[in-house]
This record gives sequence, structure tokens and C-alpha cells, in this order.
Amino acid sequence: MSILVIAEHDNSELKQATLNVLAAAKAIGGDIDVLVAGENCGAVGEAAAKAEGVNKVMVADNAVYGHFLGENLGELVAEVGKNYSHILAAAGTVGKDFMPRVAALLDVAQVSDIMRVESEDTFVRPIYAGNAIATVKSTDSIKVVTVRPTAFDPVAGEGGSAAVEQLDVVKDAGLSQFVNEELAKSDRPDLASAGIVVSGGRGMQNGENFKMLEQVADLMGAAVGASRAAVDAGFVPNDMQVGQTGKIVAPQLYIAVGISGAIQHLAGMSDSKVIVAINKDEEAPIFQVADYGLVADLFEAVPQLEEELKKVL
Amino acid sequence: MKVLVAVKRVIDYNVKVRVKPDNTGVDLANVKMAMNPFCEIAVEEAVRLKEKGVASEIVVVSIGPKACQEQIRTALALGADRGIHIETDEEVQSLEAAKLLKSVVEKEEPKLVILGKQSIDSDNNQTGQMLAALTGMGQGTFASEVVVEGDKVNVTREVDGGLMTVALNLPAVVTTDLRLNEPRYASLPNIMKAKKKPLDNMSPADLGVELAPRLSTLKVEAPASRQAGVKVADVAELVDKLKNEAKVI
Repeated sequence: MSILVIAEHDNSELKQATLNVLAAAKAIGGDIDVLVAGENCGAVGEAAAKAEGVNKVMVADNAVYGHFLGENLGELVAEVGKNYSHILAAAGTVGKDFMPRVAALLDVAQVSDIMRVESEDTFVRPIYAGNAIATVKSTDSIKVVTVRPTAFDPVAGEGGSAAVEQLDVVKDAGLSQFVNEELAKSDRPDLASAGIVVSGGRGMQNGENFKMLEQVADLMGAAVGASRAAVDAGFVPNDMQVGQTGKIVAPQLYIAVGISGAIQHLAGMSDSKVIVAINKDEEAPIFQVADYGLVADLFEAVPQLEEELKKVL
Repeated sequence: MKVLVAVKRVIDYNVKVRVKPDNTGVDLANVKMAMNPFCEIAVEEAVRLKEKGVASEIVVVSIGPKACQEQIRTALALGADRGIHIETDEEVQSLEAAKLLKSVVEKEEPKLVILGKQSIDSDNNQTGQMLAALTGMGQGTFASEVVVEGDKVNVTREVDGGLMTVALNLPAVVTTDLRLNEPRYASLPNIMKAKKKPLDNMSPADLGVELAPRLSTLKVEAPASRQAGVKVADVAELVDKLKNEAKVI
């Protein structure tokens, strides 16, 4: 078997999600090649070559891939991937965008958001917002698969020495142009890969109050998230949303503040190692999944938490 | 400009999903069904484009059993002009749905196709992108804003870390994210009027598409449940437990 993994990156750094996807590739077994498509992304290619278990890295460095437009990536990956048995990418917004195009161009099905590899053609994935878990078998000759990064422990990012080759394949579908982007600038770690996540819900009452959570998060080097209720209420932007319709996280420690624990939120965080819930409603469903529950008014508990953390950290 | 909207009939999002005891799937007997929430947002966006004078006609299409006509009627009540029902009792997977929709696109020649980014049953997030690839159209996935200007559509997309805007040549495919709009409710007079709007019925064979699923579901299980832990008395105890028992800080 031969597996093509599409690297997730921002043209300068290889994202950790790629190492998680490589772990899924390793679980399938076979030769693993990595494709890095981007613009001025040579450093990413070098980083991918150091990852554990990589056979070969191909770098497609061209302006047409600079903004990861799905139309162009779809054509590139379908062309490069047609000789592989598996094509894998992280189920982030880039992978979710271009991978179904790859599958359609190759006339194969896609298996989305896998959590486990059962065998080379059988995968486990969540359906119904994680309320059911399906085991699906693909009969296609090429398996196009997106991988839920948090479900796989990453392979080592150092120690490998794969060959890096330049790929002179330029696919410009001519259907779309990048206009602009507004990325949240933050010194905090990325929500999807952070070791600790502090999230707020409707109980936060407004966006201003999220500053309390940010202060606690900064003490611990944590990312800040939110429930869909907090996003729908306009407290914080959607890219902070943890849940089935937002980001799926599985940190070492997840602290849910003023979050009731709707099913759709639990689907996004219940794989966290340790869950803490702070809520004044002791009947809140979040307590049913929390390792440590504190029934308290968050406006008293969060400042106290900040003080206590300052003592021990 | 003609807008095509695809809608899917799914289990109502408020219903607690139960896995069948024999692990063959999810129990749908006597369960409330509804239009997929992301599809409602797609219909709403099309109706708003029509209200702005950008869209001239809204065609709504759904694939599935006879009962899908309820969701098509709902879309007609919300403001769509006519419906197309591709009737089948077979399981339709994303690639086949995309092929069926491609045939409809070739017949109807819409300038814009709007779909939900994913359905809340299979959670695949594939059909819109596959349709775009099969028809050679550009795609604005996970849209939070859609602005049609001349022969282009600017789509602002919800991406990891923020927002990204792309300009797509028309015709194009847009898939909706949650914040694109807040769907309206259908009024009673509009529900009555919707009953008289035209609804075409056809089969996959009429569209020249053979249903041949590539994925088989071997089993469906309930997720592993997490045990509730302990309640702590105060913040000091919480921090102590996190540091000395769980060792996560």
C-alpha cells in the first residue's frame, strides 16, 4: 500500500495536525509520502521530511496554491494521488474544502473525519454529532479519507530524514481568487491543538467577560474556546466555537465555564483527558461528563481560580 | 439569475438519537423529521437574494423517499418558486447525491447553487464540494457572507483561525455555515400558497444516474459514555486536585 498525506501548514510552519494524520497513515500501514502544496513553503517541506515514518516529501511550491484554494488543490491532489491506495488529510477547514473535490475527480467516495483505523479499508467515524459511531468499509480502489487530528496521537516530528523533491505541477482551475482574510491574531495556542482549553458559555453573559477566561488561560498557556450558545449570542467569534459544528478538541485539560453541556458541545470536547466544569446550576448536564465539578457562580469562581493558579504555577 | 438550493430531510435536531439494539443504524421509526438546519440557512439565503432582486427564480431540490416532499413544501413556503423531487428509497451517498444534482444543474443551468455545508445525520461535509468538482464550478464553502457582484460572487468563509474571502466566477457552489443568516419561519398563508407551487417528480434513472454506494456501514454503536467524576467544594480544592491528583497543571 502507498499512502499520500497532504500536509497542513501556513506556508511557514508544518501544523501539528499533519503529525496526527501521519499517525493515522501509520495505522493503515505502507509507504507514506507527504505532499506539501503552498507558496514559498520550502521550510514546511524540510519540516515534513523530519517527521517519523515519512518515505518521501513532494513540494508543490507555486502562487496558485498560496491560499489553499480548494479548486486548485483538488486538481493537484487528484493528479498526484491517483497512483496511491490512500489519500489522507486533516479534517480542518482546508482538508474539508478540497478533499471531496479530490474524491469526486477520482470518482471515489470520501470517508470523513475518521477517529480510528480498523484495517486498510475500514474506518470508524462519528455520525449524528457524535451521538453514534459508525464503522464503514470502502470498496473503492483509492480511499480518500479526512482524519480527526485529536483522535490520533501524533508521530514524532523529529528524527526522520525523508528525501524532499520539488514537484513541478501547476494546476490553476481559474475558478476562484483569494480576496482577503482576517485571521484572529493571538499569542495563545491554536484551539484545536492546545494542551489546555478554557471555554465559556452563555453563562459568561457578554463578550467583555471572556477577558476573565483569557487571563486564566494565559496563566496556563491555554487556548480559549466557547460554546455554540456563546457564539450564537454574539459574545465571541465563531472560530472559537467548540462542538460538533465548530472545533473538535481533545486537550489534556478542558475547563468549561458557564456551559450547560448541550449534546452538540459535548460532541466537541468529551474526548478531553480531564474535564472541569464550573456552573452554578448543579443539574447542568456538563457535570455528567466532568471529572471535577464545581457548583459556583463563575463570576466569583473564575477570579479565585486565577488567584489560586498564581500561587501554584 | 436562477438559484438552485438542495435540501435534505433528516432527523430533527432536537431529537435524542438512539442507536438500534442490533447495531445496524439509528432508530428512525416514529422520530420527528425536519429540514437539515444548514439547508434551512441555504433556503433563507436564496430567498434573501431574491428579495434583494439578485435572484429571479429559486428552484429547490431534494433527494430521497416520498416524504421528502414535506421539506420541499417547507422550502416553497419560505419563498422558493418550484420544487424538484428525485425520488428513491435507496440509501444515497454523497458522491451519488452530487451526481444527481449535477444532472439537475445541467438541466436547470442555475447561476448559483446553495447547499448546507453538512447534514446533521451523516456529518459528511462533502456533497457541495463534489458537485462543484463534477460541474467544474468554483466553491465557497462554510459561507458566512455571500455577495453577488456582476459575474462574480464574493464568499466570506469561516476557516480555522478566522475568515477568508474568495471571489468565484459564476456559476458557483456555495455551502452555508451557521452564521450566514437566521432562517425565518413560514407564515400560514405562505404554507397554503406553497401547496399550489409546482413540484416535479423524477427518479435517479430519469437523470441517468445509477445508485451504486461505495461505502458500506458495518455497524453503528453508541459512543462510549464518560463517567461523572467528583464535585469539589471550592476553587482551592479544584486547583489542588488538578495539580496533585490529575497532574494536568
